[in-house]
Amino acid sequence: MAHLENLVLCRESQVSTLQSVFGERQHFSFPSIFIYGHTASGKTYVTQTLLKTLELPHVFVNCVECFTLRLLLEQILNKLNHLSSSEDACPTHITCETFNDFVCLFKQVTKAESLKDQTVYIVLDKAEYLRDMEANLLPGFLRLQELTDRNVTVILLSEIVWEKFRPNTGCFEPFVLYFPDYSIGNLQKILSHDHPPEYSADFYAAYINILLGVFYTVCRDLKELRHLAVLNFPKYCEPVVKGEASERDTRKLWRNVEPHLKKAMQTVYLREISSSQWEKIQKDDTDPGQLKGLSAYTHVELPYYSKFILIAAYLASYNPARTDKRFFLKHHGKIKKTNFLKKHEKTSNHLLGPKPFPLDRLLAILYSIVDSRVAATANIFSQITSLVTLQLLTLVGHDDQLDGPKYKCTVSLDFIRAIARCLGLTLDLVNENFQEWDPSTHTFNTTVLP
Amino acid sequence: MATSSVSKGCFVFKPNFKKRKISVPIEDYFNKGKDESEDSKLRFETYHLIWQQMKSETQRLQEELNKNLFDSLIEFLQKSHSGFQKNSKDWGSQIKLREIPTAALVLGVNVTDHDLTFRSLTEALQSHVTPYVVSLQSKDCPDVKHFLQKLVSQLMDCCVDVESKEEESAQKKTHCSMDSLSSWYTNVTQKTDPKMPRKKRTSSQWQSPPVVLILKDMESFTTKVLQDFIIISSQHLHEFPLILIFGIATSPIIIHRLLPHAVSSLLCIELFQSLSCKEHLTTVLDKLLLTTQFPFKLSEKVLQILTNIFLYHDFSIQNFIKGLQLSLLEHFYSQPLSVLCCSLPEAKRRIHSLSDNQCENIRRLPSFRRYVEKQASEKQVALLTDERFLKEEAQSLLENLYVYHTNYFLVLRCLHQFTSSLPKYPLGRQIRELYCTCLEKNIWDSEEYASALQLLRMLAKDELMTILEKCFKVFKSSSEKQLGSTAKKIEELLAQFQSLDEAKEEEDTSGSHSKGLQKTDLYHLQKSLLEMKELRRTSKKQTKFEVLREKVVNFIDSLVREYLLPPETQPLHEAVYFSAAHTLREHLNAAPRVALHTALNNPYYYLKNEALKSEEGCIPNVAPDICIAYKLHLECSRLINLVDWSEFIRGTPTTAWLPSSAMSAPGIRTSEPRAAEKRNVRT
Repeated sequence: MAHLENLVLCRESQVSTLQSVFGERQHFSFPSIFIYGHTASGKTYVTQTLLKTLELPHVFVNCVECFTLRLLLEQILNKLNHLSSSEDACPTHITCETFNDFVCLFKQVTKAESLKDQTVYIVLDKAEYLRDMEANLLPGFLRLQELTDRNVTVILLSEIVWEKFRPNTGCFEPFVLYFPDYSIGNLQKILSHDHPPEYSADFYAAYINILLGVFYTVCRDLKELRHLAVLNFPKYCEPVVKGEASERDTRKLWRNVEPHLKKAMQTVYLREISSSQWEKIQKDDTDPGQLKGLSAYTHVELPYYSKFILIAAYLASYNPARTDKRFFLKHHGKIKKTNFLKKHEKTSNHLLGPKPFPLDRLLAILYSIVDSRVAATANIFSQITSLVTLQLLTLVGHDDQLDGPKYKCTVSLDFIRAIARCLGLTLDLVNENFQEWDPSTHTFNTTVLP
Repeated sequence: MATSSVSKGCFVFKPNFKKRKISVPIEDYFNKGKDESEDSKLRFETYHLIWQQMKSETQRLQEELNKNLFDSLIEFLQKSHSGFQKNSKDWGSQIKLREIPTAALVLGVNVTDHDLTFRSLTEALQSHVTPYVVSLQSKDCPDVKHFLQKLVSQLMDCCVDVESKEEESAQKKTHCSMDSLSSWYTNVTQKTDPKMPRKKRTSSQWQSPPVVLILKDMESFTTKVLQDFIIISSQHLHEFPLILIFGIATSPIIIHRLLPHAVSSLLCIELFQSLSCKEHLTTVLDKLLLTTQFPFKLSEKVLQILTNIFLYHDFSIQNFIKGLQLSLLEHFYSQPLSVLCCSLPEAKRRIHSLSDNQCENIRRLPSFRRYVEKQASEKQVALLTDERFLKEEAQSLLENLYVYHTNYFLVLRCLHQFTSSLPKYPLGRQIRELYCTCLEKNIWDSEEYASALQLLRMLAKDELMTILEKCFKVFKSSSEKQLGSTAKKIEELLAQFQSLDEAKEEEDTSGSHSKGLQKTDLYHLQKSLLEMKELRRTSKKQTKFEVLREKVVNFIDSLVREYLLPPETQPLHEAVYFSAAHTLREHLNAAPRVALHTALNNPYYYLKNEALKSEEGCIPNVAPDICIAYKLHLECSRLINLVDWSEFIRGTPTTAWLPSSAMSAPGIRTSEPRAAEKRNVRT
């Protein structure tokens, strides 16, 4: 047991609860256990280590990999088969299509000598994927003990609370166990645990302390923190390796590494720069500012008319159709200012998101914003389609609707502004309600700069 | 296949086997267009030859342009995979997350070109990195199941192993999970290694070559599929060394938009950017059109159409080259004299064997007629009557044309060197813009040219010298004799500038002494400044540098006026210049709405049925019912009066369309018969 405590840190209460639920080897345990908690709160790790160290017969299946029912069931059965037949080389492959078959086959497989008189555990990791499969699957697994009449316990691991699982038709309620997030003290303890062999534990713990000071506010994911710790450790050791500071010179080391960590938070952590690039920067000691992250490349080079089409689509998506006459017609006549926008249109069009518009409206706006005459050639139409494939526009409704297709524009205001700037156009936020200025009454207008 | 119906619908045709067998040799298509059609076979062969040359040239260009990108990509793959292979026992790499190496390949929005790039990328990877290269498209992968199925089937095709073929195909049919995939992988790598260590292909390094998966159109993949796949494969990374390549058309931000942090943290993403397609176009133009290597040339209008389609519509190099091919084909098809569009010695030989008809064609050429008119009268007679004399003359004209082109491109490049660095680019930044202007008219008559010269007269010395050096290189690169003296002239100018350098230094040292201002009060300072200003104005004498600069500008101006004449001035230019811009536009820039309107409004235009012939704005009552409906729709766009419509149709004695059938025609709203309105199209 002392061995187990060394392996599993900061999860003592959960481990003891699980152990008491499991009971003795031959005892029947709870039919199903549901364990939930945040990412990297040790659910999988604890379960797996526990089952391994106690040498209980178990099958571990990750539901992401099993995108069909058949894969899931077969994987469980084959792994079980493997367990029972232990040394006898390659057992036959079992095929299983439905849950009913599964129950029968399960009975057969667990008849084996090695599995008799002890609880068999089936662990389903990422159990939330079960919800998307056949409706009978989840209730079936929860009641597997009863259905198969065997000593079996199903453990479901998930990041989602049990309430989101419960099917409408009702089901057997599992034993629910919550894994709370690690506290900062826990994280400190766990992270310091795996210190490099060439440095002392205290030295590494001091480093972890600094690291948590920077990253704890944004990231509590243990896996990610471990990754970051390893990634930035060489930088921390640098003064020690160079002989500029001793291992105890914490302050100096802190001053050296802190700005570096802050930079890491903006780059590597967000995967703007890849880990290998970051390591290379560290090694060469270059300025990370030189390497542009992924988000720096926002510019998209588009053909001339595509730019106009995109702008027209944006305008069509965010302007009410009634205002087109006013904005895009040269002699639109007088429109009463007060009642120009209806009540419901006064909420910002941006908060509401893009609205679908028909193709003809797009073309009409396009003709009015392009100075020269544009013929409605096949090239223009194919550009619209290619903008759809680039996901800058999306087609609303079925794509087999040939006449009068509707689109939505999915690009952001900044993007469209950058494009308009290229063309020498400006998009203005036009405030319609001059008397009482209300930031929510923005619509769009184009004005061509001289 | 034809049907008598004009309405929209599906028609079943049984295949007609007899008809299919007839196949016409391609050359014969050249015959049909122009009735007399001289040398059609020869023309077709010439077309074929030139096109093959152009094609191989573009392929070579493409490879060259991609080389940089591919090299860095391959380096990345090799590096990241060797990182894999290092059986890392050290502390760091045990704890670190195992990230999937990922190359984000930004290729630009010209999606049509991507296929070609990916194809050559696959080839490059297969020969340098790994035999296992798989590329997937989003439309093949609506869910993870299909995704993996495609992956498995393509992977197994990658490694062609005769013995295990059968068992593999059996596996293909059964479920494909990542488990089975990774076990297959270990099987394959272990099996092949001891037997045949793949010496030739992977040259040295790995026991287990990585599996490279190319996702061609990253934007269109659904988030769920990508996420699930990445999570699954990251769990199997130890047994199944996967490397991802994302083909991105827009910007790399799409990765963040598609993948949440939990998933993108499983990737080690590095960015690779391909060459901008505009630069690509410039190189293609440079190597295909601005050269004497290929005799075929485009006129200003045609070039404008092709570049406009490229810049305004699609950014696609493939389409541009297709357009070029079309113009080449059209040229050889429609211009009988295009037989002469080949290399100079060959063209000379061909002139000898020209038929009488072709000679007549030459005489009919406008450019040739203009040329004849300028000749002395006895020569005129000889040219118009004597076949032999004409042929000889044509030979020398062709030779002149060739020389003209050689000089033309040299001077054009030289002028481009001068104008491409001017502020605001009065003559365009790219050489293609300059080329277009030069093709269109006498460039020296344009305002832009005048302003460009004006700006040139203000250039600083070092700028001028670098430009001159570049020009010198341009001229040096050609071995042409006529312009050899020009190179010498430039060299002289450069030397003069250099000597000016030395002279100036002396001048400066002497000048600064005399002009140095003594410490004075404000009044005196003003006075002396005024005096100096006056002095400068009165002594308008230019410095040596200014004189020299003027000389350079005049020199380039004279070059332009001598050599950059538009091609229309050259006799026989019709043989090599393709100028039928409208045909090209019809083919490349089709207007479906206009075509539909024409078809509905004037059915005769397409159906060529004499009965349908009518005057402008009128529609005969024998026209298809949809045309009539359209006509009525044009008159009153909201509703179509049923009475009008039926009256229309009933008015014809031989009508095949009954009102009842018309009424049930789909897609047309019928209204209650209103009081009959006056229609002006009534028969």
